[in-house]
Amino acid sequence: MTSAVTSSTDSNPAIKFEGVRIGFEEGDILRGVSFEVQERETLVLLGETGTGKTLSLKIAAGLLRPSEGSVQVLGRDVSSMEEWDLLAFRRQMGFVFQEGALFDSMTVGDNVAYRLVEDGVKDEEIEPRVLEVLRFVELEQTVDLFPSELSGGMRRRVSIARALINQPPIVLYDSPTAGLDPVTSQTIITLILRLRDVYGVTALLATQRLQDGFALANFRFDPATKRVVHNVSNGNAAGAAKMAATRFLVLREGGVYFKGGQEELVGTKDEYLKRFLV
Amino acid sequence: MVLQTGSQFTRFGQSSLTGDVVAIALVRELGPSLTGLLVTGRCATGIASELGSMLVTEQVDAMRAMGTDPIRKLVAPRAIATLLTLPLLTAMTDFMGLLGGCVASVFSLRLSAIEFWRRAIDALDFADLMQGFTKPFFFAFILATIGCYKGLTVRGGTQGVGRATTQAAVLSSVMIIVADAFLTKLALFLADKLF
Repeated sequence: MTSAVTSSTDSNPAIKFEGVRIGFEEGDILRGVSFEVQERETLVLLGETGTGKTLSLKIAAGLLRPSEGSVQVLGRDVSSMEEWDLLAFRRQMGFVFQEGALFDSMTVGDNVAYRLVEDGVKDEEIEPRVLEVLRFVELEQTVDLFPSELSGGMRRRVSIARALINQPPIVLYDSPTAGLDPVTSQTIITLILRLRDVYGVTALLATQRLQDGFALANFRFDPATKRVVHNVSNGNAAGAAKMAATRFLVLREGGVYFKGGQEELVGTKDEYLKRFLV
Repeated sequence: MVLQTGSQFTRFGQSSLTGDVVAIALVRELGPSLTGLLVTGRCATGIASELGSMLVTEQVDAMRAMGTDPIRKLVAPRAIATLLTLPLLTAMTDFMGLLGGCVASVFSLRLSAIEFWRRAIDALDFADLMQGFTKPFFFAFILATIGCYKGLTVRGGTQGVGRATTQAAVLSSVMIIVADAFLTKLALFLADKLF
């Protein structure tokens, strides 16, 4: 296994997995996985199919409970919280599911407004907020359409809009570009960059596409010019501070195979990791 | 029912009893159980397939991820709706059954329609109505909970949804028939003690 020193030693990580183990009838998928995600950091989860990337996201959201270990999110142990408490706590997290998971009997507007309606927000407040986030994902015109009338990429963007309607500090992305063409994938990554750099969210992103992780590491959204620009620190601390950290975690055979930054990943001599770089 | 019972009663010159038998059988037994079984085929399967489809497309997880309790949001409204509507449907079934029985009596047994309705209403007492309109609540609870349970425990993708739908229909039907036996026994016992 290859591991690298984590980039930050902050004492209160936003997400912390300690010795997490979970399995099903076929056997354990995660066997003692430990990692941390600092605030405003993006951790890219990589791995082959079946290595537990989606499981890790669902465990972080408290949708699944590990058989061993603990999961701390924003200082709370979600692995031992009761479902009733988790329902309220999950309002601090946004989750973007792989296929969008939009409610197909509701319009786009109703989907995005769902959380606000459940929270009892006044009707007159809901519509402008819904239109604002749909404008953010550039889908304002679809507010009255149903999910079945949208393309795959549009459904993914609506899912992102739904996840960020109440500006959660943490967003969990499950393969947000899976099955999309390169152009649409780039649109989704741009959105994720905007979320990271405009709202400062902490993110856990599961993907099989390394280029998505590299895009997040190498680019940032400049709110001043409203464009995606190359991520350079310009050799100064102020520049470096502007760059939200992006790190990589590779899962293999139930454990953490690699943990580190882009440079370490690109410069690796490990034959297994090199297969991701091809 | 009119045709079958009427032919037997005619042998003894008591065809006028047809209205009594039809009313009692419909209100006590056939109305609730047939309505329950028909609604099971339509609603328990619909509930199971709808919730199962939501589960396999991660919509239920999405609901939980947004802080909504799926039991409150998905199960409770379906259970309440079924509990409210099944007794009403049963009443409609009873009325339409009696109406059909009246038409059959008039045209095949040459009975008077007024005589049929008078005998039917006189034959029914409070115990019959209690039995006939208590059973639908139990049947509604059975089909709603089984439909929801099967839907929310689907495994195996779309194939699992199909399997869950079938299981919901079969299990609900069997449970309604079994429950009917127990409820009938209980109702007859209570009728004997109380009325």
